[in-house]
Amino acid sequence: MAKKLNIKDKYRLLTRDLDWEFSYQDRSKAFPYEAFEGIKITDWSKWEDPFRLTMDAYWKYQAEKEKKLYAIFDAFQQNNGHLNVSDPRYVNALKLFLTGVSPLEYQAYQGFAHVGRQFGGVGARVACQMQSLDELRHVQTQIHAISHYNKYFDGLQEYSHMHDRVWYLSVPKSFFNDARAAGPFEYMIAIGFSFEYVLTNLLFVPFMSGAAHNGDMATVTFGFSAQSDEARHMTLGLEVIKFLLEQHEDNVPIVQKWIDKWFWRGTRLLTIVAMMMDYMLPNKVMSWQEAWEVYFEEAGGALFKDLARYGITMPKYADIIEKEKEHISHQAWWTFYTHGHAAGFHTWIPTDEELDWLSEKYPNTFDKYYRPRWELAKKLEAKGERFYTSGLPMLCQTCQIPMLFTEMDNPGEISYRDHVHDGERYHFCSDGCHDIFVDEPEKYVQSWLPVHQIFQGNCGGPDVENILSDYYRMNLGADNLDMKGSPDEKRWKQWKGVA
Amino acid sequence: MSIEIKTATLEPVRNTFAHIERRFGDKPATRYQEATYDVASATNFHYRPLWQPDKLLQDASRTQLVMADWYAFRDPRQFYYGTYVQARAKMQEVAESNYAFFEKRNLARLLSDEQNAALIRFLVPLRHVEHTANLNNMYGTGLGMGTALTQAMLYDGMDRLGIAQYLSRIGLILDGNSGEALAQAKQHWMDDAVWQGMRALCEELMVTEDWFELLLAQDIVVDTLVYELVYKQWDAQLADNGAQDVAMLTEFMQDWWKDNQRWGDSVLKTAAAESADNTALMEQWISNWRGKAAEALAPLASEMLGEQALESAMAVLDKRLNKAGLFK
Repeated sequence: MAKKLNIKDKYRLLTRDLDWEFSYQDRSKAFPYEAFEGIKITDWSKWEDPFRLTMDAYWKYQAEKEKKLYAIFDAFQQNNGHLNVSDPRYVNALKLFLTGVSPLEYQAYQGFAHVGRQFGGVGARVACQMQSLDELRHVQTQIHAISHYNKYFDGLQEYSHMHDRVWYLSVPKSFFNDARAAGPFEYMIAIGFSFEYVLTNLLFVPFMSGAAHNGDMATVTFGFSAQSDEARHMTLGLEVIKFLLEQHEDNVPIVQKWIDKWFWRGTRLLTIVAMMMDYMLPNKVMSWQEAWEVYFEEAGGALFKDLARYGITMPKYADIIEKEKEHISHQAWWTFYTHGHAAGFHTWIPTDEELDWLSEKYPNTFDKYYRPRWELAKKLEAKGERFYTSGLPMLCQTCQIPMLFTEMDNPGEISYRDHVHDGERYHFCSDGCHDIFVDEPEKYVQSWLPVHQIFQGNCGGPDVENILSDYYRMNLGADNLDMKGSPDEKRWKQWKGVA
Repeated sequence: MSIEIKTATLEPVRNTFAHIERRFGDKPATRYQEATYDVASATNFHYRPLWQPDKLLQDASRTQLVMADWYAFRDPRQFYYGTYVQARAKMQEVAESNYAFFEKRNLARLLSDEQNAALIRFLVPLRHVEHTANLNNMYGTGLGMGTALTQAMLYDGMDRLGIAQYLSRIGLILDGNSGEALAQAKQHWMDDAVWQGMRALCEELMVTEDWFELLLAQDIVVDTLVYELVYKQWDAQLADNGAQDVAMLTEFMQDWWKDNQRWGDSVLKTAAAESADNTALMEQWISNWRGKAAEALAPLASEMLGEQALESAMAVLDKRLNKAGLFK
């Protein structure tokens, strides 16, 4: 009788021994990128497989999930599911998602394929390959979930073209380009650990919860379907960091530096989520500050306590980040509101109920610093003078966000840092972004900064309007400007039979 | 008689995404189209990779092959993630029931000692070849151009991991889950003279830099020869000698190969039809790898099957290449 194998042994026998010691070629030529980052791997065989899923089981489970998911998509389309969303303003969160986030899933597909080829250990490679396949799933199912909205709402139709060009979309794009341009180990700390393990609850979950709270059956069903994939990705992220820290003590300071960098990069990127949660969701899930406290301060705090035994400390700038949670969503939405003519989605003044909600959720900051701006905006709008700024914003050389953040101890003053490198002066939104640049200036001088590119004449022109319509391919008057009076709003009223 | 449920129809503003409309016209698109075309970033990359500073993150110059549009490589199977996993789930369901039947009836006991040893010597070591194919396809997935082609390479790569795992399971069936057959098979792979050419070839493939050259070398040249020799010729020989039950364990590989050839043929045709330069380049690459693969496989083929085997496998490869418009 054949003996019974437990899952761990079976997986090891099926997968882990596929590799071999080379005799005919220099093995380091087959895996050439493992050494240059300074990470020391003494023994790949110590890698603990974070999930032991063989391909046959993967195909089976994932096919079941796809069958159910696409049945919902079909029903959603057949029954005009878009009519069930809470408010047409909600769809603008989807526009931000499809133009800003789905292309990151695509980059994750490419990034994990790359490291899934390059790591010298077969266990790590296979786990990354599976994540690559999952990430392809996510971008494709997101496109299919949102495809129906594209047929009835503006601003989604050029998501791919816009992702490569539009000013604010260079923020998420450059974030992921940065990780992919790094070596394979930094990529895993950036994406596998910092992003997937710690920050995913602040990106993926808010969008999907927003869909749930706002009647978006297609997107929330995708969210539920992707949950078990995400759980796998999180275990991979945690295994990566433990593995690197246990392999060699010299890895600890390198990993710490990457953690510091990628938490800062990550929190900057999450500014768009903060704004989405506080301003773009007609039915709120929770405030950004609440989400930050639950998912970062509590969950992340516990994690870093756990990692302390390896000598890892809380990410640098955690003290600044703690203060920012009460400010950034307001600063960001105000910036989009005032640049609403150049955005690929609609902006608006929060309703009075929403302003009251913000006052309640942000007792220390909203009434003091931000509510007065909206009261002013309301007055101007009532007079028929909806405000749009005419200038182009200066961008941070590192995170590429316009200089919209203030000093946290003085919210009336814009935070502004600079640094001279090779005779050129570079500008930053924060100490975090400044320090990241100074550590790797050769990388960040390459940033494709949309505003610089416009001024250099690389985006067409001569007017902003030409750039928006020709280079960005925005459908002016439909994709941009205020929600009020937009074709989206007019159609919605028609469908709903209201004047 | 048919019945018709009345639904509210709302006139859509547009039929599909703008980039799909530019390619295929203003009409509803298929899910394959929306999941595939122009999804990848194409311009304005921010930083050059630290691991390859002479290239952009996405860079057409990582292969010498030149295409005006990398999305010309339409997959005839129209696989996007959803259709891919569903197609493979069906195949694995059949495989699962085959493996269960084989094990339940203990069909391994019908194999002679000699046949058992031959499976460990010739079939199980192929899991290392499949592993190589996995890596080579992942290489193209990470560095290649255009989702139409890169996603198909990812599916191929993951299929090969699956096949490596099936081959490993065959080893475990033969050794009663002790892992001994896998260890023996690895020993053959490492030391047995019949495998050394093949192992050297696999190692050489893994240090090959041009991803499209690698696609041709692995997915067309090596795979055609290996699948023809092992899953066709050797399969027939096993059946003729009373070991036909083994085919239950390799049916997945045979079905997979049928499916994969449709894609491989279309890749060959599309790339060759693009330009005379491409055709010449592909012929040069293929000739080189065809010679190396023949040399690597010769001892294995003659030991497994006899002297004529390799020649007839080469004829199958040549016919395939010819049909795709190469070496005319």
